[in-house]
Amino acid sequence: MTGPEFAFLVLAVIGGFGAIRLVTSRNVVHAALYLVVTLAMVGGSYLLLAAEFVAWVQVLIYVGAIIVLVLFSLMLTKAPIGREALDNQQRGIAALVGAGVLAGLIFLIQDSFGGKDISLHHVRTAQVGESIFRDFVLPFEVVSVLLLAALVGAVVIARKDEGPAEPPERRVPLIGRRQPTVSPREGVRR
Amino acid sequence: MIPEIVAATIRLPFPLIFSAVLFSAGVYGVLARRNAVLVLMSIELMLNAVNVNLVAFSAYLGQLTGQVFALFVIAVAAAEIGIGLAIVILIYRNRETINVDEVNLLKW
Repeated sequence: MTGPEFAFLVLAVIGGFGAIRLVTSRNVVHAALYLVVTLAMVGGSYLLLAAEFVAWVQVLIYVGAIIVLVLFSLMLTKAPIGREALDNQQRGIAALVGAGVLAGLIFLIQDSFGGKDISLHHVRTAQVGESIFRDFVLPFEVVSVLLLAALVGAVVIARKDEGPAEPPERRVPLIGRRQPTVSPREGVRR
Repeated sequence: MIPEIVAATIRLPFPLIFSAVLFSAGVYGVLARRNAVLVLMSIELMLNAVNVNLVAFSAYLGQLTGQVFALFVIAVAAAEIGIGLAIVILIYRNRETINVDEVNLLKW
């Protein structure tokens, strides 16, 4: 076993452990922190596969931004603790499906790529940039428009509704709804 | 195409099996979790499994297309989780719960 293989094995074991703890943990904040471990290990495996730029993008976007977003939304939504509150009744079937997917994938991987080796080459970030801006300019622009649309859409969806709403009594009754506050505009109208 | 500087090898099944483990854990999480934020985290896990595969095959084939595609996947995943969490927060504000089996407005 070569040095990079050993390092990759260590990263993969830690990352796989984090992934499994992520989906079985009983505390949502612990699950988010296990997600940090797994994403960091995935970033480390990118480094070992000589994809340096992708590794730093992974660290910046996933570990930096998405985890913060997830933790904030866990704080904004009341996160219950406990197996019954977090998991549904189909745990057994879900575990069966997951194990089946894993077994099938491992069989197919061993069958198809059993003896293949990756010989690692150094990849400069300039080459990645050249590839993006020479061969993939149109997808790049489409992704930028998509990100803008997602940004505007997320703001529109998540902000509080401040328009002249219908009277609170006539809204659809929902379970455990908070007491609707009368907005000052409606007070004036009455 | 790419100058050879590092002369080291990794067996190809290593990253592929790592990615398979991540993907299966994500499948289990999506199917078994009730909390919508945990479901979104499991989806991120599955997208990361795809990215590991893309980067591994990019290194195996000596081409950069896989890495560029992984970058695109990361960007789309960021957009997806932003929109997803916005929807989750909106559902929580309206219904005081984010359990995916209690949110059945579109179910008939």
